[in-house]
Amino acid sequence: MAEPLLRVEKLVRRFGGIVATDNVSLDVAAGELHAIIGPNGAGKTTLISQLTGHLEPHSGSVSLAGRDITYLPAYRRCALGLARSFQITSLLLDFTAADNVALAAQAHAGHSFRFFANARKEKGLRDAAHAALDRVGLLHRAEVVVSRLSHGERRELELAVALASKPKLLLLDEPMAGLGVTESQRMVKLLQELRKEVSIVLVEHDMPAVFALADRISVLVYGRVIASGDPAAIRANDDVRRAYLGDQHVVTHHG
Amino acid sequence: MKAFTVSKAVTALMLAGLVLLPLYSQLSGNIFILTLFTRIVILALAAASLNLIMGFGGMMSFGHAAYLGIGGYAVGMLAQEGVGSGFIQFPVALAASATYALVIGALSLRTRGVYFIMITLAFAQMAYYVASGLARYGGDDGLTVYKRSDFSGLINLSNRTQFYYLCLACLFAVIVLIWRIANSRFGLVLQGLRSNEQRMQAIGFPAKRYQLVCFVISGTMCGLAGALLANNTDFVSPAVMYWTRSGDLMVMVILGGMGTLFGPVMGAVVFLLLEEFLSQITEYWALIMGPLLLLIVLFGRGGIMGLLGRLNRG
Repeated sequence: MAEPLLRVEKLVRRFGGIVATDNVSLDVAAGELHAIIGPNGAGKTTLISQLTGHLEPHSGSVSLAGRDITYLPAYRRCALGLARSFQITSLLLDFTAADNVALAAQAHAGHSFRFFANARKEKGLRDAAHAALDRVGLLHRAEVVVSRLSHGERRELELAVALASKPKLLLLDEPMAGLGVTESQRMVKLLQELRKEVSIVLVEHDMPAVFALADRISVLVYGRVIASGDPAAIRANDDVRRAYLGDQHVVTHHG
Repeated sequence: MKAFTVSKAVTALMLAGLVLLPLYSQLSGNIFILTLFTRIVILALAAASLNLIMGFGGMMSFGHAAYLGIGGYAVGMLAQEGVGSGFIQFPVALAASATYALVIGALSLRTRGVYFIMITLAFAQMAYYVASGLARYGGDDGLTVYKRSDFSGLINLSNRTQFYYLCLACLFAVIVLIWRIANSRFGLVLQGLRSNEQRMQAIGFPAKRYQLVCFVISGTMCGLAGALLANNTDFVSPAVMYWTRSGDLMVMVILGGMGTLFGPVMGAVVFLLLEEFLSQITEYWALIMGPLLLLIVLFGRGGIMGLLGRLNRG
């Protein structure tokens, strides 16, 4: 089997006495859409934060395309091809949509110690921004300041920002959070398109969306992966059923 | 963008006034006003440099007056040691300020928010006490600069008009530079960091490196103001570094409009003119000045520039 794009091995992260990430191992193959699901408080965001570099694990390792990135700061991981979206929208509110995306493109187009030329007139950056905005269907809103965009549009913009860095792997932390039905459907459609171009790790609560999109699903409960497999296998898994019925004590005995 | 606005008109009037001031001074024989405005222009330059880190970079430095002292002492100490050439004094003033900014910035930028404010303040106070301890250079009493920087006949700093125009040229140069920086790649990264540092890290920018470079540029600019100020007063003392002076600079920036190009200039002009004229009326001028500033900051979010902007829309 080829080297997986993302390999997580025996990752452990504690908060005081609570083990938020408990010996988590998982592989994401190139081209795969790997979903991580689990009840609230299962440690999904903690796990994602260790993948993006916002939180350091206590032990274990994370590697991207064979390179150990466990302790690299967030900005270095991004340079290696790891892009993320945030669960709670995190954008530059006082910048236009195009500026937000262009900055992401700029981060990957050499250093930014250039003090004189007008960056908003750099054609390469603007074109990249417009292409990414077009990709998520936001091109007509390019010159609108983010604080005037709707919640749904901001979620799409998050994606465009992530795409503009031309990532190998996209970490999406609940991209459907807070979206209405139609907006969710648009997002699913969009992700179906994107997955053809880029590998994706998707953390999501919206089960229909997860089962429609994922190649593989890992189920996280109390910080542990209790099951990992294709959607059909996960659907049939007894442990997973118990976890989602709320009877989590049973699950912990299996580990 | 190209439309006429009140704030543009007021800015243009102010700039024209600054350019024509020596002419007025000559015609009316009012020498005092030229001296006053030389000081205003120099402090406007200092305020503009503070605005670069505060307004565009979002870093609340409460120790900016330290650079006024460092630039000033570079001129004063070299003059005392017999090095009178401005071609040496000014580069040394800038280099010393840049070095200080690099060290202080590298240490201060490990902190955020109120801690950043406190640590920059603490370093400036340290610089103040170091200067007070320089017995050879006057210590507490300060150091008289007996001869202004000598630019070998290129420009004569002892000529009031020439010196005023030198200061004004420096101010304009710094503003043009800040204008270019604000729209450059570097400037966008800086403003992005002000807006959302976490997001900027996530898209791949090493935040501190950019903030530190900005800190150094700003400190160097203010060092220039310090070198000019020492020439203006023919004197430099630890008092120019005192924390109240750093506070004055902050007030000028906030009063004029943080993150705007001409706001700090406007702020410096209004602040120093108010100080000048109110102090002629009463010795309790601060009692009038304080509430006045409060009102402007409370009701004019975005300072004077913000107020003018709203006039246009309203």
